[in-house]
Amino acid sequence: MANPIPSPVSMLDFWAILPEAFLALSACILLLADLYIPKDKKAATHYLSLLVLVITAVLVWRNGQDASLFGSAFSGMFVRDGVATIAKFFILVSSSLVLVYAKPSLEMRGLMTGEYYLLILFSVLGMMLMASSGSMLTIYLGLELLALCSYALVALDRDNGLASEAAMKYFVLGAMASGMLLYGMSMVYGATGTLDLTGIRGAINSNMLHPTLVLFGIVFIVIGIAFKFGTAPFHMWVPDVYQGAPTAVALFVGSAPKIAAFAMAYRLLENALGNASQHWANMLAVLSLLSLILGNLIAIAQTNFKRMLAYSTVSHVGFLVLGLIGGGVVGFSASLFYAIGYAITAAAAFGLIVLMSRSGFEAENIEDFAGLNSRNSWYAFLVLVVMGSLAGVPGFIGFLIKLEVLMAAINGKFLWLALIAGAFAVVGAFYYLRVIKVVYFDAPKSDAALVVPNDWVFRTVLGLNVLALIGLGLFGGPLLSWCQRAVAGI
Amino acid sequence: MTEHLLSLLIGLPILGGIATIVLGRNSATTARWVSLIVALLTLAASIPLYLGYDAQAGGLQFVESKLWIDSINAYYSLGADGISVALIVLTTFTSVLVLIGAWEAIDEKVHQYTAAFLFLEALMIGVFSATDALLFYLFFEAMLIPMFIIIGVWGGPRRVYATIKFFLYTFFGSIFMLIGLIYLYLQTGTWNLTELAAANIPLTAQTWLFFSFLLAFAVKVPMFPVHTWLPDAHVEAPTGGSVVLAAIMLKIGGYGFIRFSLPITPDASHELAWLVIALSLIAVIYIGFVALVQEDMKKLIAYSSISHMGFVTLGTFIAFTLARESGATDAARLGLQGAMVQMVSHGFISGAMFSCVGVLYDRVHSRMIKDYGGVVNTMPWFAAFFVFFGMANSGLPGTSGFVGEFMVILASFQASPWIAAAAAVTLIVGAAYTLWLVKRVVFGEIGNDHVRHLTDINAREALMLGAFAIAVLLVGVWPAPLTNLMDSSINEVVAQLLRVKV
Repeated sequence: MANPIPSPVSMLDFWAILPEAFLALSACILLLADLYIPKDKKAATHYLSLLVLVITAVLVWRNGQDASLFGSAFSGMFVRDGVATIAKFFILVSSSLVLVYAKPSLEMRGLMTGEYYLLILFSVLGMMLMASSGSMLTIYLGLELLALCSYALVALDRDNGLASEAAMKYFVLGAMASGMLLYGMSMVYGATGTLDLTGIRGAINSNMLHPTLVLFGIVFIVIGIAFKFGTAPFHMWVPDVYQGAPTAVALFVGSAPKIAAFAMAYRLLENALGNASQHWANMLAVLSLLSLILGNLIAIAQTNFKRMLAYSTVSHVGFLVLGLIGGGVVGFSASLFYAIGYAITAAAAFGLIVLMSRSGFEAENIEDFAGLNSRNSWYAFLVLVVMGSLAGVPGFIGFLIKLEVLMAAINGKFLWLALIAGAFAVVGAFYYLRVIKVVYFDAPKSDAALVVPNDWVFRTVLGLNVLALIGLGLFGGPLLSWCQRAVAGI
Repeated sequence: MTEHLLSLLIGLPILGGIATIVLGRNSATTARWVSLIVALLTLAASIPLYLGYDAQAGGLQFVESKLWIDSINAYYSLGADGISVALIVLTTFTSVLVLIGAWEAIDEKVHQYTAAFLFLEALMIGVFSATDALLFYLFFEAMLIPMFIIIGVWGGPRRVYATIKFFLYTFFGSIFMLIGLIYLYLQTGTWNLTELAAANIPLTAQTWLFFSFLLAFAVKVPMFPVHTWLPDAHVEAPTGGSVVLAAIMLKIGGYGFIRFSLPITPDASHELAWLVIALSLIAVIYIGFVALVQEDMKKLIAYSSISHMGFVTLGTFIAFTLARESGATDAARLGLQGAMVQMVSHGFISGAMFSCVGVLYDRVHSRMIKDYGGVVNTMPWFAAFFVFFGMANSGLPGTSGFVGEFMVILASFQASPWIAAAAAVTLIVGAAYTLWLVKRVVFGEIGNDHVRHLTDINAREALMLGAFAIAVLLVGVWPAPLTNLMDSSINEVVAQLLRVKV
């Protein structure tokens, strides 16, 4: 049971939130500083934000090295453990990638404003809170901070009709999902009498007073989680946001929040409701099945690259949930591994869109990649690797993460679901292959030389990002062990 | 040196491929030479493998093992027994000839083409030498990407259809093998093939595993009814792609049966051997007749490949009936040995046949039989090779094609005269379609102006076809170096298939 009277806050508590405190403070300073940065010098904001993210990542890393500091702070509201460390670290890494890829894209669209960077920084803060939350309250706080910033980000290009529509849909659906989640949380609170996650777990373990109430609570909590992940049938916002939002924003929404969503699922399902796993496992199995089927089948029909990526995300989330269903150390570490691997791959996929776009031309359709190999074989190779990784071909990280979740599902006695997932991985391979086909086999639409963003940082980071997909695919062992140790609490 | 020989054989073509892409970017000639030199070096490196393998001792040699992904206990472990050595040498040998064959035929993005073949070579050697199931799967699947690119970029008009079909069929087959392997891993805690072969598995689980392996390898072989991707892939692939596909990639299916199905699921394989035998006979007879009516040379040879590969699966699975039911372990050994010889021999013959078609195609740009006729008048040297390989394909004694088929038929006769009789039908059908093909293409009146202006093969092409011809003859008249190499490894396979695991 959580202590009803909060104990006095100690210095150690502040030490625990050092990375978050640094990020929040820097974001606030940057908010003010940005007012004085002239419009044509916004690159300064860009580099400063990137610096803030990198420093925060270093702080998280350093904090995570010292296991003796693990534990909870602020009366259990804030947790510091292995999962929090690794999730936060990779949230920061993928957000940094996002910023690098976003710069050329923002410049092309004339959206290079300070708001973008500040909203990103605050949503990263929200995600970090989610990853470290020890209470339903902190989860909700982090979630809403992330969500509100994301709604605003999607609407960043306010003169674009598609973006406004996407933002509207995202906001309405998101608000509903938040409501559901809150509703579920209130039921669990009603049944257990506490908001503290470990307290809830204990209460469910000892003697469940109101099993029906808890069960209802779980249903709504699962819906909230499913919405954040974008699993079918709560995926409606995904394609619209991916397609409507500026590339720089879609890029963000498609990568780091998946890790945050995993963290939220881990906190709620494992930390709080771990003793009721038989109740949520089957619900998640249905969600996973639907996502695999819907995501893969609808993606085949897409000609718009971003929409295809959106539906492919739905299917990937189906795989990610496969690990959650398996539960336990094996399952949750597999899902964490999946979320990280997917976030890195998705960031690279959007980086490719930015690469192919130029002022006044957004490479949105799959056909825009036609004949890339004849124009530049290095960039064609990048597309090949990213698509191969998304399809789950061995040698790329996409295979290793799929292998892990399939193992988790079979380990959790969901062999039938693993078989279906395998079959739909083949369906998925089809549409990824189509992109490779367009890149390698089709003739280019114009003879003009390829115009790519004249930003060497961007091109280098993208190249390294893609090579990392191979590197992790062949030598992903240490990252995987890190995930397992984190979830096992070693 | 020898303890890293297999790693060297895998690493050399990969590094060479990267070098080819970098150095040959602006010059096709550089790309050709760099890749050829790398392939020759790899071939040279495989000679110590052949010479250094102690066939008397048998077992896995050149073993190396290094922890790869520790949390799932996967190892980067390589090793080769006699069967692997034979197939690795086949791979390095064919790769050199493929690069020679493509010297002039490919003039677009040469550096990518030759590099793709080097990557493919490395991955295929990896498949034949991996002793860790996960590592095997990695090579097995990654191989698809270079092949996908080779067919799709340099292939014929319907290449996109063919290449996507090829990829999806094989991907579909192997994903279920992966799930089977995961299941096995969760039961036994190891990916090591030797340890998996020693594990006891109940019959129901074995049956499911058997089907998951069957799906993966039957698509690769390919067996009836999952063979339909092969004619499409062959017809659209460039010559080199066809050669590698027929000569080596199909063998990976047969190899998989010997490495996975037989040792890991011997009881289920025994129970279900009738199914594989029936499918093999359908492939041998029915597909042989299908080959008879083809009008496209490549399609004809592709169907002939399916038919000949039927002998491999027949020889492999007839061994169960022989060894377990009639206790004829010698006959079982003969069947397996026949299957292996047939794999190697088919590698040479089909590689040569596809190269011959490539030679014609480079000149006339047609693969249709009706566009030729009387080629012997303008290309006597070529005609000599073509007739020779045609004879080998129909199983003429003295060529490698005869040895394998004969051994398999002999072995199956001891199991059932009916099976032997059915399999022997292929000797007639095979002779019919091959000789008819040769007759229509090579002999008769000169059909048209294209043929009238043909020039005979040049030294480069003669070198390539000559090398294939020597290999075919060598295995045909003196198979001992090959059979001795594999002898003790095949004894081990027979011992494994006799092991009751339930």
